[in-house]
Amino acid sequence: MSSTTTHSSFRNSTSRSRRLSIPSLETVAAWLLAVIWIFPLLYAFWAAFHPSEFMVRFELFAPLTLDNFVNAWSQAPFGRYYLNTFALVTGVVLAQFVVCTLAAFAFARFPIPGKNLLFMLVLIQLFVFPEVLIVENYRIASELGLINTITGIGLPYVASAFGIFLLRQTFKTIPRELEDAARIEGCSWLEILWKVYVPLAKPTYLAYGLVSISHHWNNFLWPLVVTNSVSSRPLTVGLGVFSAPETGVNWATVSAATLLSIAPLLIAFLLFQRQFVQSFLRAGIR
Amino acid sequence: MALTAHHKMQMYGALLLLPAAVLLAAFAYLPTITTVINSLFLPGFRGAPPEFVGLENYRFLFDDAKFWKVARNNLIYALGTIPTSIALALGMALFVNGKLPGRGLVRMAYFTPTILPMIAAANIWMFFYAPQIGLFNKLLGALGFSGVNWLGDPSVALGSVIVMSVWKEAGFFMIFYLAALQGIPPELKEASDLEGTSRWSFFWRVTFPLLMPTTLFVLINALINAVRVVDHLFILTKGGPNNATNLLLYYVYENAFSFFDRTTAATITVVILLVLAVVATLKFTILDRRTHYQ
Repeated sequence: MSSTTTHSSFRNSTSRSRRLSIPSLETVAAWLLAVIWIFPLLYAFWAAFHPSEFMVRFELFAPLTLDNFVNAWSQAPFGRYYLNTFALVTGVVLAQFVVCTLAAFAFARFPIPGKNLLFMLVLIQLFVFPEVLIVENYRIASELGLINTITGIGLPYVASAFGIFLLRQTFKTIPRELEDAARIEGCSWLEILWKVYVPLAKPTYLAYGLVSISHHWNNFLWPLVVTNSVSSRPLTVGLGVFSAPETGVNWATVSAATLLSIAPLLIAFLLFQRQFVQSFLRAGIR
Repeated sequence: MALTAHHKMQMYGALLLLPAAVLLAAFAYLPTITTVINSLFLPGFRGAPPEFVGLENYRFLFDDAKFWKVARNNLIYALGTIPTSIALALGMALFVNGKLPGRGLVRMAYFTPTILPMIAAANIWMFFYAPQIGLFNKLLGALGFSGVNWLGDPSVALGSVIVMSVWKEAGFFMIFYLAALQGIPPELKEASDLEGTSRWSFFWRVTFPLLMPTTLFVLINALINAVRVVDHLFILTKGGPNNATNLLLYYVYENAFSFFDRTTAATITVVILLVLAVVATLKFTILDRRTHYQ
């Protein structure tokens, strides 16, 4: 017992005083809050898998159905939306990796004049994001001919201050000796970056990648502004257009559509909970 | 020789920065500057050049009751969401940090809303709030109460939007508190147990002060979200009824893309940028003094 308690008592130290009552008031409160918190999502599942007359009639043996999903899929081009979101998320994350890696490497290792000032300038983007500047970004995107393209949705996010910041932090912790060893073997700068820095920063890439995937899977305002047809709309915008109350779509169908658009991310989250939570933490503590 | 090598390094570094610099210039710095410029001009009609009007657009904006209503909404929205979600997040973290039966499930329940898109969350809450068939009114009806027009009544609508935002946000802040709680040395608790300190005073005298950097960090994030996230309005209320739930960024969107009034949109955007500048100053002065960079 004693050898394992060091770690578990570290996490459970607060519980020591309430072992007496079972279940304690605190346990009940925690569970009650958990039920309230998950209820909306469970309700969406209920509504999506039952005929619409059971929306507010909770009967244990209400008939299950997949009709709502079939309806949603046939009433709006969700297949295309999936494809668009998938292309968007992949493209953005890959482009962010490349652009942010190069910039972070420069900030971490190169003697650029006025580097600190430049870095502060980069950090401004942590506060001035593309969605705040929708009006001007829309103008710039249209001048570049990027309206209604997936590139147009993603490009403003590619030079991410957040990514540059995270990778720079990581690169700075990598000992110079490793770099020197690679240089003696005749590696060029890009080879050093690729063979020394990038492999050692894998956990950062994973964390940043997961955060970025979730962000762009869920992003709405800028994609809404910059797209105007099915050919480039991502899932969120497609769902928004489909389920706008004034369209009068049946609610059971809307909940099926909602579940359709959150399913991949939700499943990924349930499978890799720990990685997701740790990524958000890692990315958040800056 | 050494000098040229140094210069070469400088050149190389600049080249590495170039892609990020070009993109940041195109989608962050340039648009910021042109937004400020646009807020100082009136567009010329029929190809006439824009006319410089100084701060006239701001005076016009500040004379507009609708703008103040929206700004006030946003303030209420921030005051309604931020303390509530921070308190809930802290409570959740304390729950989940303890020895709770089914801790993993509870933690998952708290965190799951975080990974949903705001649009999906709004859709789900629409089922609750809708006047006739919504779940809340059905339940109220079953209990013999008359229904509330959750999103249609100007005095209730903003509150309904706030409740949904708190639900969406609290679990995200929880994980930061949880990480911080696990970093508090257990000896502190043991020592206070020996002295017979109550849990209540232990929390306020030890835990809460130790969590201060986390609270500040979460506060900054919550402030940014209160300005930045308006997605749910597109589904729930469209800023209505009669602008009762309109927020600044949504108002920018309306001005630019519904009323085609780019000048007003630019002027409001500058106001938002100023608010964000205050938040940024807060972060770089107060928060960064307390955080350690490894």
